[in-house]
Parts: sequence; structure tokens; C-alpha cells
Amino acid sequence: MGETLVDRVRLASRNEELRVTLRIMRSNPMTVFGLIISAGFIFASLVIGLSANRVLPYNPYALTPSLLHPPTFAHPLGTDDLGRDVLSRVLAAAPVDAFVAFSVVALAVALGMFTGVVAGFAGGYVEEVIMRVTDIFLAFPGLVLALAISAALGPGVIHSVYALAPVWWPTYTRLARGETLSLKSQQFIEAARAVGQKNRYILVKHVIPNILPTLLVYATIDLGNVIIVFSVLSFVGLGAQPPTPEWGLMVVQGEQYLNSAWWIPLAPAVAILIVAIGFSLLGDGIRDALDPRIRGTFG
Amino acid sequence: MTSVVGDGSLIDVERLTVTYTTFRGKVKAITSLSLSIPKGRIIAIVGESGCGKSTLGLSLIRLLPRSATVEGKIFYSGRNVLEMKEEEFASIRGTGISMIFQEPMSSLDPVYTVGRQLMEAIDVREGRKDPAARNRGPFRRVRTERIGTAARMFGAYSFRRPAVFDQEIVDALARVQISDPERVVDKYPHELSGGMAQRVMIAQALLERPSILVADEPTSALDVTSQAQVLSLMRELKAELGSSIVFITHDLAVAAQVADEVVVMYAGEIVEHAETNELFERPLHPYTEGLLNSFPRYYRDEAKVQEAIKGDVPNLLNPPIGCRFAPRCKYSMPVCAVRAPTLTELGPSHRVACFLRSE
Repeated sequence: MGETLVDRVRLASRNEELRVTLRIMRSNPMTVFGLIISAGFIFASLVIGLSANRVLPYNPYALTPSLLHPPTFAHPLGTDDLGRDVLSRVLAAAPVDAFVAFSVVALAVALGMFTGVVAGFAGGYVEEVIMRVTDIFLAFPGLVLALAISAALGPGVIHSVYALAPVWWPTYTRLARGETLSLKSQQFIEAARAVGQKNRYILVKHVIPNILPTLLVYATIDLGNVIIVFSVLSFVGLGAQPPTPEWGLMVVQGEQYLNSAWWIPLAPAVAILIVAIGFSLLGDGIRDALDPRIRGTFG
Repeated sequence: MTSVVGDGSLIDVERLTVTYTTFRGKVKAITSLSLSIPKGRIIAIVGESGCGKSTLGLSLIRLLPRSATVEGKIFYSGRNVLEMKEEEFASIRGTGISMIFQEPMSSLDPVYTVGRQLMEAIDVREGRKDPAARNRGPFRRVRTERIGTAARMFGAYSFRRPAVFDQEIVDALARVQISDPERVVDKYPHELSGGMAQRVMIAQALLERPSILVADEPTSALDVTSQAQVLSLMRELKAELGSSIVFITHDLAVAAQVADEVVVMYAGEIVEHAETNELFERPLHPYTEGLLNSFPRYYRDEAKVQEAIKGDVPNLLNPPIGCRFAPRCKYSMPVCAVRAPTLTELGPSHRVACFLRSE
């Protein structure tokens, strides 16, 4: 079957939707800023991770005799107490943090969306059970729960993922359930039923696509939050272990030099700040771009 | 009251009672209603808000809220619909009984284009054909092999949509008088006007070819010109598919335009049921008369001033004991407050529930 008129029109209008989205995002400089930071972070993580640190100016693990060197052209962010290049270490930490952030958020969204949609759609006892379980998880302060789990599992990057995911999913469950409840009363769900669709189909084809934008916006903002909390875990010694380059860990290791060699703790701290702000701004921008009311006025 | 399952009738409703349980008590939205819907006719259900006409529509397609309890019987092709399991009835919805709702804009899923939503109707229709029948007829060359459930749940079904169906969707849109259907196929619901959205919903019904279509105030949200288009479409739909249409409306003018028969409901009961012309020329029930008189007219006839029916619809939590219309009726007699009149056949196609006419 060749390209029919219908195909061509379909292609054109799909591009148009994408163009509208990009146009809205471009109209807000903060969103562009967030997009650049996030894309840069993801791109850098991929390149550094896939090349096994070969693209960095120095080996992030290599010890040199030039200890606590202040920033120079040779070492733009100086060197740390073991003579390692701080810039290389900050960059080498990006893949680690990206891995943790994306794994935790992906696990949380997957589990939270599934349980939340089922709870909202089924109602009754199923909803009670699911929501009471989330209440149990929410009853602990998030950080305390994460600390407890990672202390039980022992420190390590992958264990931090296991520790953080249980803290994050209940929020998504509540969000997904709330959205599902408000969708359930919408007429198009009833209309789909009137057409003869079964519940399972309505759930997958009508409920999930409609709540996905909300969850994605939330997830984007959460990526930054996960990095912050993961850094806290490392800070107290339960996340990444030395000599792994990780921002939170680098801050705690450099803390004692705050007065004499400020660049050691400051560089990773600023990195955390920039990435967290970047994802937060991007999340806001995506929310605006997907808002049908804004699409209507500007698109 | 005839309740014989005749050859000509598609749906027979027998002594249907729908009760909503609220915190204030039980509300009988429909009380012991019997109605048979013949094949290939448009039946208008007319009444004020809250008279139970939407409840009747929803109970035909079994989409009542959970707080409703239903008694009585609804026969569809010889089987009692109300006794079926939900899964079983779900396979009648759409191709057997379909429904169009009042607000067209909110009846379309905002995340899908018009084409994808119409494809859903075709999916349902094609999925229900028996395998032997699928390879015959105009769709002979269409690949219709079954795809695994998992693949279908993740949307693989729509990737394989054959071009024949694309053309069918465009044709269906053209048939509901949407200009430039090739473009509209890829529009999202928020880009459509109300009239267009309602016509898309009708196109959906057209694609599924239901034997009975329940239309719940399909024209109320539309302006007059789209209203006229939708009404003529309804008649065409009937003529083309031979479907019956249950047309729920509060607008007598609309009913007069579109319907073959008109059922007038009041407080959960049928008060009058007649052929359209018969009803408008010879209204027998005082309520029907009142409705016709309260109708705004273009020609002002000095002798017949537009007058509203006095009073309000009775509270169905605690309905009057006798005739439910008695408190508002001009001709109310002592007997009306004591006994409820039954729906009696007065002519070949005229039923009315009033003591005035039954002596």
C-alpha cells in the first residue's frame, strides 16, 4: 500500500502537534534553560558512561602529587585532597546520578501508575487495600525510610535505588488514583463503554493515556529531587562508596576543606543545584506545553 | 398494556422500575414502565427534566450508576438483558445497542484523533464477526488475523489498520456531512466545534451499525443549524441501517421533526404514547396539552396564549398517591387524588393514562 492522501495528511498534522508543543516551550526562556540543562546532563551522562570516562580531561580515580591545587587552566576546578582533578570527578559522577534518578523514577512511575489506576478504577475493597498500603509507606518520613532500607541492604549505588523506589511510588499511586477518579466521571469513558469497549481496554486505552502527561510532568520534577536525596544518602555514608565519584559523597569528603579548599565541596554542590533546577524548570515547561488551554490560546 | 414479544419489536421493556438509593431515601426514577420499541422506527421520549427519560435510556444500555436498582425485564432479541452478566452484555453494547450522549465535546477522548476513535468502533465491530464471515463481502482482502492480547493491549492493533478501514472512516465522516473529512480524521476533539463533534459521534454509531441507537438529547448542546443537520442525519441513519432510534429530548419541536412515535413521560411514568401526528393533533393527556400550550410559537394566536404548566414536578422521594399529575392538572377530579390511572389503549396507536379519557 503506497502513501495515500490520508497518510500524508496524518503525517503533516502529527508534525504540527509537535511543532505547537515546541513553540510553547520555546516561548518561555526558563523552559529553554531547563531543557538545555536536562538535555546536557542526559547527553553528558550517556557519553561519559558509554566511553567509560575516556572523554574526561583526567582520570577521575588517578592520584597525583599536586594536592589541594586551586583552580588553574590545567585544572579548571582545582584538585582534591588526593590530587584528583575535581572537574573530571564532577563530570564522572553524572552517569551515576543519572542512573539512580532515572531508575528510581521509572520504578516509581511504573508501580505507582499501575496501583493508582487499578485502585481508582476498581474502587471498593481493592482501592481500600491499595490505598492503606500506600498510607503505611507514607507514614514514614521518606528520608528515614530510605535510610533504614539502605542501612539494611548495605551501602552501594544499586542498593540506593532499592531504597529510594519504595519512598517514591506512593506519591504516584495517589496522583494516578486521583486523576483516574476524575476521569472516571468523564463522559468519554461512558461513551467508550456505550461503544462496547471492555473495562480492560478502557483502562489501557483511555485512562492511562489521559493521566500520563500529569505523571510525566511530576516525574520530570522528581528526577532532580531523587538526585538530591541520593546525595543525602551518600552524604551520610549509605549511598555511593569511595572512591566512586558521586556528588553527595564528594560534598561530604570535601566538607572539611570548606575553609581552605572551597572548590572541592562547592563544585559538586553546584552541580546538584543546577541539575535539580534544570529538571524542575523543564517539568514546569512541559506541563504548560501539554495544557490544552494554553495550546488553544497560543497554538 | 401489550407486552407480547412481536416480530416487529426489537426491545420490549416490561414493568421496568428503577430506584436510586440516596441518603434521603429511595427515589423511584421510573415506575413500572412498559414500552416496546419496534424495528426501524424513531421513538421520541419527551418530558421535563427529572421525569426519568435519561434513566430510561441508560437502563436500556445498562450504564446506570451503581446506586440504582433495576426491577422488571428488558427483552432484547428474546433475551432478558437485565439478567445477563456484565461481560456478556458488554458484547451487545455498540453493535447491538449503542448510545449517543448529550455533550458531544466530552464524549470524545481528548488524547485521540477523530480517526483513532472511529477506528475503535470498527475494531469492536470487526472483532465480533465470526471468523467465517470475516473473509466474505467487501472486506475480503483485509487481513484480519488475530493479534495476541498483549500486543493488542499495547496498541499494536491500530498499527495494522488496513487502508480499507481508513477509507471507510473517511466515507463515514463524509456521510455525516463533515466537509474535508481527510483533514478532520486527524483533528483532536478540542479542534472541533460542538456540531462537528456530535456528527463524529453519529459517524461512530454509523460505523458500528447498531440495531438500536439511544440518543440522549443529542441536539440540546447544539445551535439551531447544526441541530437541523443532526436531525436529518438521524432520519437518514434510520433509513440506511434500518436501526431503531430512541430519541430522548425535552424539545417537542425536535420530537415532531424526527420521530415516528412520541412517548410523553411524567414523573417516571408514561402518560401518553402515540404516533407523532396523532399526538400533536389530538393530545389526550392534560400534561401533553400543557406541554403543547407552553410551546413558544412564531404566530401569535390571540385565542391560544402561550401558558406554562403551573406548579413543579413532584418530588419522587414521596410521589402523590393518585395520578402524579393531579396536583398540577386543570381538569383534576376527586378520583385523581385517590387512584392512579393506568395506561390504556384508546386508538390503534394511542395510549394514554388519564381518567378523563377512560370513561
